[in-house]
Amino acid sequence: MSAEGIALPRELRLLGLRRSTWPRILAPLLMGLLALGAWEFAVRHFEVPAYILPGPVAIGQTLAENWASLLGSLAVTLRITLLALLLAVVTGVALAMLFSASRWVEMTFLPYAVMLQVTPVVSIAPLIIIWVDNVQAALLVCAWIVAFFPIVSNTTIGLNSTDRNLLDLYRLLGASRWQTLFQLRLPAALPFFLAGLRISGGLSLIGAIVAEFVAGTGGNSSGLAYRILEAGYQLQIPRMFAALALISLSGVAIFLVLSLLSHVLLRRWHESALGGER
Amino acid sequence: MSAAHDQGAPGPPLLALRGVSKRYANGTVAVAGVDLGIEAGGFVSLLGPSGCGKSTLLRMIAGLDPPTAGGIAWRGGARPSLGFVFQDPTLMPWRSALDNVALPLRLAHVPKAERHRRAREMLSLVGLADAAGSYPRELSGGMRMRVSIARALVTEPEVLLLDEPFAALDEITRFRLNNDLLRLWGLRRFTAVFVTHSVFESVYLSERVVVMAARPGRLHADIRLDASSHRDEAFRTSPAYAALCRSVSGALEGAMAA
Ligand SMILES: Nc1ncnc2c1ncn2[C@@H]1O[C@H](COP(=O)(O)OP(=O)(O)O)[C@@H](O)[C@H]1O
Ligand SMILES: [Mg+2]
Repeated sequence: MSAEGIALPRELRLLGLRRSTWPRILAPLLMGLLALGAWEFAVRHFEVPAYILPGPVAIGQTLAENWASLLGSLAVTLRITLLALLLAVVTGVALAMLFSASRWVEMTFLPYAVMLQVTPVVSIAPLIIIWVDNVQAALLVCAWIVAFFPIVSNTTIGLNSTDRNLLDLYRLLGASRWQTLFQLRLPAALPFFLAGLRISGGLSLIGAIVAEFVAGTGGNSSGLAYRILEAGYQLQIPRMFAALALISLSGVAIFLVLSLLSHVLLRRWHESALGGER
Repeated sequence: MSAAHDQGAPGPPLLALRGVSKRYANGTVAVAGVDLGIEAGGFVSLLGPSGCGKSTLLRMIAGLDPPTAGGIAWRGGARPSLGFVFQDPTLMPWRSALDNVALPLRLAHVPKAERHRRAREMLSLVGLADAAGSYPRELSGGMRMRVSIARALVTEPEVLLLDEPFAALDEITRFRLNNDLLRLWGLRRFTAVFVTHSVFESVYLSERVVVMAARPGRLHADIRLDASSHRDEAFRTSPAYAALCRSVSGALEGAMAA
């Protein structure tokens, strides 16, 4: 018995990260730096005017100069994004629980959830903006529509794919409906939910930006999409790129944070979180 | 037939199956007309080729599936406390070994300190005292199966049902777990119903081997083994073991031909 060891072999660590993790960070980073360098070189060498294609240095300068106003816009967009994601999580998980509780509910409502998902948000955003008085609320609804489907569908699959033997075991042990839901089916669905959440995180940002574009809201409470529109009208292409860079970076940051969350929650038990080991 | 069996009062068996049949919704007749009595405290193996309805029969005994004909009666009317061990360890991967073992107690609302104490005790009984905090992913196949058995026994059930629990393990681990199971059975004296497709395993473990035939699943032979010989590694190589295996193997061949 003692021959069957339980300790996992420890890999060498560098600055707290596994050594095999470093190439995964460094390789894309190096690639990005090379691409930026080539871009800057090309812009200078061919003397491309900044109103057609600014170089990374010019964009960086613009970003620094307009930092305060861009950061304000970023905060507005991120607020909508995160609220929409939160709303998507709450409604998505609730709907998934309803779906898995009753085949009838699923059969009745799933087609409409799919319909909402496949209809491009750009095409319904104008309607929503007309119907919903409050612009912020309209943006929230648009972002929510895009974000909630992956959570519903993934969580439903997760809830329905609980190990049948474990379900039998709970039944044998006389578990109540609630015990089975909260102690077995929901935890078993967690990896599926988290996979959906990672997709939804990016989608809710896209939804928020698209809705902002359609709404074209002005004033001091306007988001990054408005900055892009505004810069476009004024032919201030470097500022357009600066706003674009902020959007991309936010998207990447959201993805990284959700991946980290997923890793932390599943670290001890799920295959997907055990990437480097064994 | 050992003397020990003859001494027991000839009262009603702990469990009586009468004409038990199971026809699945798709028309498959998995079990047909099984009559079987099982005495308390015994170790019975259900032996048969795969697909002969062993799992179906065990699930009906556990009350997980109702028979479509016939009846299952427990002595005294009520179903006694049961432990069930599946072919796969069937552990919750998000819970430590300790919490997995404590599950039946948790579902029964046993206070945390008490259930942890009992789960720890059970884990050390299966030789896993040090693995209490480990997660299933961090354990070997044999260790996971030990956790699964500990979970089934933590409520000290009167009856333990096992559905080919060691079929997926390597031979060395399987032999070890065979011995562990016998040791636990000697300690707790539950009634064991052990499903297997291995002649050697059934003979090594049980006092009685019930041989099943397939399509439709029915009983073919009911063989009582001499339980007096001590079951240990020496027994595995003894002539007595070889002889018993030969006779059970013959019955199984008969069942396959039937
Ligand atoms: N849920 C089910 N629905 C339909 N047929 C089933 C089901 N479960 C088992 N069977 C069929 O019943 C027969 C007996 O199965 P099973 O009890 O699992 O046999 P064993 O455990 O001996 O391998 C097989 O032919 C199998 O295909
Ligand atoms: Mg089976």
